[in-house]
Amino acid sequence: MTSRLYIKRNLDFELSEINVLDADEKELLQISSELGVGLSLKEMKHVKQHFSKKGRNPTDVELQTIGQTWSEHCCHKTFKGDIVTAKGKLLVTNMFKEYIAKVTRELNLPWCLSVFEDNAGIVDFENGYAIAAKVETHNHPSAIEPFGGAATGTGGVIRDILGVWADPIACTDVLCFGPLNYDYEKLPLGTKHPNYLFKGVVAGIGHYGNNMGIPTVNGAIYFDESYVGNVVVYCGCIGVLPTNKFTRNTMPGDIAVLAGGRTGRDGIHGVTFASAELTKESEEVSRSAVQIANPIEEEKLKRAIIKIRDRKLGSAITDLGGGGLSCATGEMAHRSNCGVQVELEKVALKHLGMSPWEIYVSESQERMLLSVKEKNLQKVLDIFESEDIEATPVGKFTGNKMLQAYYRGQTVAELDLHFLYNPPKARRVARWKKPNLIEPSFAEPNDLTHDLLKILSSPNVASKESVIRTYDHEVKGNTVLKPLQGRYGGLSDAAVIKPLSNSWKGIVISCGMNPNYGKIDPYWMAASAVDEAIRNNISVGGRRIALLDNFTWGSPEKPDRTGSLVRACQACYDFAKAFETPFISGKDSLYNELRIGPDASNPVTPTLLITAIGIIPDIRKTVSADVKSPGNLIYMVGQTYHELGGSEYYGLRGFLGKAVPKVRTAQAKRTINAVVEAIDSGYVTSCHDLSEGGLAVAAAEMAFSGGYGIQLNLGSVPRARNMKRNDYVIFSESNSRFLMEVPEKRREQFEALMERNVCSAVGRVEKNKRLSVFGLNGKRVVNASLGRLRDAWKSTFGGQK
Amino acid sequence: MKKEDINVCIMRVAGTNCDAETKRAFDDLGVKAEVVHSNEIVKKRNLLDYSALIFPGGFSHGDYVRAGAIWAKEALAKIGDDLKEFVEEERPILGICNGFQVLVEIGLLPGFEGIAEYPEAALATNTPIGYHCSWVYVRHENSGKCIFTRKVAKGKVLRIPVAHAEGRFVLPKENENRYLEKLYGNDQLVFRYCAENGEPANGQYPINPNGAFHDIAGICNPAGTVFGLMPHPERSYYGWQLPDWTRRERTLTYGDGRLIFESVVEYLTKKF
Repeated sequence: MTSRLYIKRNLDFELSEINVLDADEKELLQISSELGVGLSLKEMKHVKQHFSKKGRNPTDVELQTIGQTWSEHCCHKTFKGDIVTAKGKLLVTNMFKEYIAKVTRELNLPWCLSVFEDNAGIVDFENGYAIAAKVETHNHPSAIEPFGGAATGTGGVIRDILGVWADPIACTDVLCFGPLNYDYEKLPLGTKHPNYLFKGVVAGIGHYGNNMGIPTVNGAIYFDESYVGNVVVYCGCIGVLPTNKFTRNTMPGDIAVLAGGRTGRDGIHGVTFASAELTKESEEVSRSAVQIANPIEEEKLKRAIIKIRDRKLGSAITDLGGGGLSCATGEMAHRSNCGVQVELEKVALKHLGMSPWEIYVSESQERMLLSVKEKNLQKVLDIFESEDIEATPVGKFTGNKMLQAYYRGQTVAELDLHFLYNPPKARRVARWKKPNLIEPSFAEPNDLTHDLLKILSSPNVASKESVIRTYDHEVKGNTVLKPLQGRYGGLSDAAVIKPLSNSWKGIVISCGMNPNYGKIDPYWMAASAVDEAIRNNISVGGRRIALLDNFTWGSPEKPDRTGSLVRACQACYDFAKAFETPFISGKDSLYNELRIGPDASNPVTPTLLITAIGIIPDIRKTVSADVKSPGNLIYMVGQTYHELGGSEYYGLRGFLGKAVPKVRTAQAKRTINAVVEAIDSGYVTSCHDLSEGGLAVAAAEMAFSGGYGIQLNLGSVPRARNMKRNDYVIFSESNSRFLMEVPEKRREQFEALMERNVCSAVGRVEKNKRLSVFGLNGKRVVNASLGRLRDAWKSTFGGQK
Repeated sequence: MKKEDINVCIMRVAGTNCDAETKRAFDDLGVKAEVVHSNEIVKKRNLLDYSALIFPGGFSHGDYVRAGAIWAKEALAKIGDDLKEFVEEERPILGICNGFQVLVEIGLLPGFEGIAEYPEAALATNTPIGYHCSWVYVRHENSGKCIFTRKVAKGKVLRIPVAHAEGRFVLPKENENRYLEKLYGNDQLVFRYCAENGEPANGQYPINPNGAFHDIAGICNPAGTVFGLMPHPERSYYGWQLPDWTRRERTLTYGDGRLIFESVVEYLTKKF
């Protein structure tokens, strides 16, 4: 490091002045890179200009704080910036506001209590209780250290729920890996093998949730070659809180109390690390960016926070996540229009010799920040002590709208919060070109049994039972609909939780994700993800759905990545608005790229996860997907189109195709309303949505989960006129479709209810344990025993026989 | 003792996480149960104010070292005398999952000769290895000694879920047969993993989910007042908790786990 740029103060601890005033453009970038703050030239120049006016240089503490606060991870510059075309024409300013938050704003639903404001979104529930929900990404740390990365991802999202005073009641996880049998020879340098990552991530998620006693109830595991080097780890958490106990009202004079684990050198620069591409050096350079998990510490913290909440002793709360104490204190002060003074030497440390900036930005886990009125301070400290938690008053909130940090009597930072929270607007170029794709042409097989078995055992469809069993999905004793249902470990479309002892109302948790469709068009991928999350929720009896959006994309500095991001965001607005399902929280993780050469990098397949949080008025009316009784009718609701682009069936033959599934909202809404009504009327004994693998996979899953056979007639399937092939009808992945089992005695009532809908009886549940499907010409095209189907489904990852 | 005088202590330490649903089971039976941090019991020295003691499930102190070992040593060191008196007065003690591990580590189970100085059994790492969450069947083997299963007929098969990584009940190799005979002789054997029809698992996974010796899922002490089991009866308390309740025409109000809580309440009302 050049000494001209870094002027060390003569003190008994480490503190440097960063000489931005004398630095030219090249040196500004040099500073940004040497200090690892990840600021762009535009941002560094903005800093220089700000400090020029002040007539002084920033300290290392200040520049680090700015770097953390302005990181993509913390302030979402792409989503809040200007998006322009290659020619410089402005497309949109602030995608977050214009696409995501706009849905919620326009729908303006009374049950959305707090959205996009806090660590988690909050919606009304029942008897004075509200639901809090949040889903986070922890991709970069998991790529370096899968166990620690995934465990701290879970720990972090649980703290987000604690950060709105809610009691965490359920976790979700959606994971994406490269193919587990990926050739070691092909593995890019510095990249860990998908199989290693898979084992580590699964163990990390189980470790944290199980130890804290929070059931992991819903999720998915997805495989695609683009996840080699770009592992995706989504961790979600749902909580409940008494609505009247929520407080967010920090006042000048309140004390800042830091509670939980000690602060150490683990997790330095986590957010700036997460806001850059991975390289082959990441292992060496960024190892310290991954934190260490201690779920027992967080379990204690949870107990104390719930007690403090119930006695209303805190005035606000937030978790320490990205950016550590620097972001937590800054945000808490900023959102309450206060300032804050922090005395860094009061922070309890894991090891001696940490310099002030390290203390301020460390992302050590299991820490929460509370603001507490002075008169309540002792009571709060006593509660933490009763749970064996270290808690320290580390500062005070002020009225001056400044962030001031001290160390041993020296001022080490003095930043204007207005400056800190108004970074220069980012500008991204977006370009999306429709890929040149064609529909494949191949002969229709006479028998489709073999294809069905292949699809059932394909990694994205096969049972994840062996993973799910390593997660405690029963703890708390509130899991009404489990991720593994019934004797055969059958699947569920959604999880249902009954969180209150004195109410039958339940929370319905589901998700939707279709990365493969994004290879054709990210717009329809996003539309499909919204539709899938909603229909999974509806299938079990959910309604009044709130959505969470999680984007995992490549570098926004590359126009094609941003171009596809814009398309996905547009679809989020169009379809969430049409379905009247507001977004309540979300998160984006960009820069998911693996650098493989000076000018080459592999981006992640754009991956949008939509999580749906619904409610069910009476959990006793929950409907599971397993067929219940021989003789019952099987109805198909919704229209089947020639939409096999990105499907499992094409994938099996090595094709991507072109005809991606679309969402027709008017029709879809009618279908959804009718399904809800049919379930509420008690006409439906089982219901399953159609997704990967289409009708064939859905019917097989319903049959082998219930232990009874199904006979289907493709001729009765409601379909577009051009659907002339059995394989297309049975494997099409058109959205907004359901299979429903209805007892004969309810036939008339059900059909009357469905009158205005696309719906027809397509088969029957049978005593004989086989799936048989008769094709359009009346000939049998699928004939397999349930045992064989179930074995195929469980052959890939294992499961109980 | 009148039902309204019963006061159950559900003790917890850092990492305990099944206390709330265990309390809910007693609440439902109209019995007072308190979740109390062990720090408080140590401070107040009031263990003997309670009529029954529950060690609930969880990961006490992270289960570092060996599952249940830290809490066991803590309890012995800090409230050992009170605990001993509690047992001698035949007040009931129940250990569920991590609680069972604690009772074995304390030396209370099998407890052939009172509190053993060294554990006489262990709950070892599962085979196959790893955390395992699933519903299992257990057959009731007790002839009436265990006060926690008096409402369960001998030979009855109960359906309760397990969720643990260290639940393989083992006896010291050199004493295996002698101890097993003792367990039978003293009527200490309570639950064995079995198939749905009651046939013994014979060690076969996943019917026996952890490789436990002799398919043992739960045992009591010779007096029948201290009982530990790996399955979680509090997760099988209500009918809607069952894994296939949606398959029934009419949802059961209660699950099999309730019988255990009912039995201990009945014991308390009759005995004291």
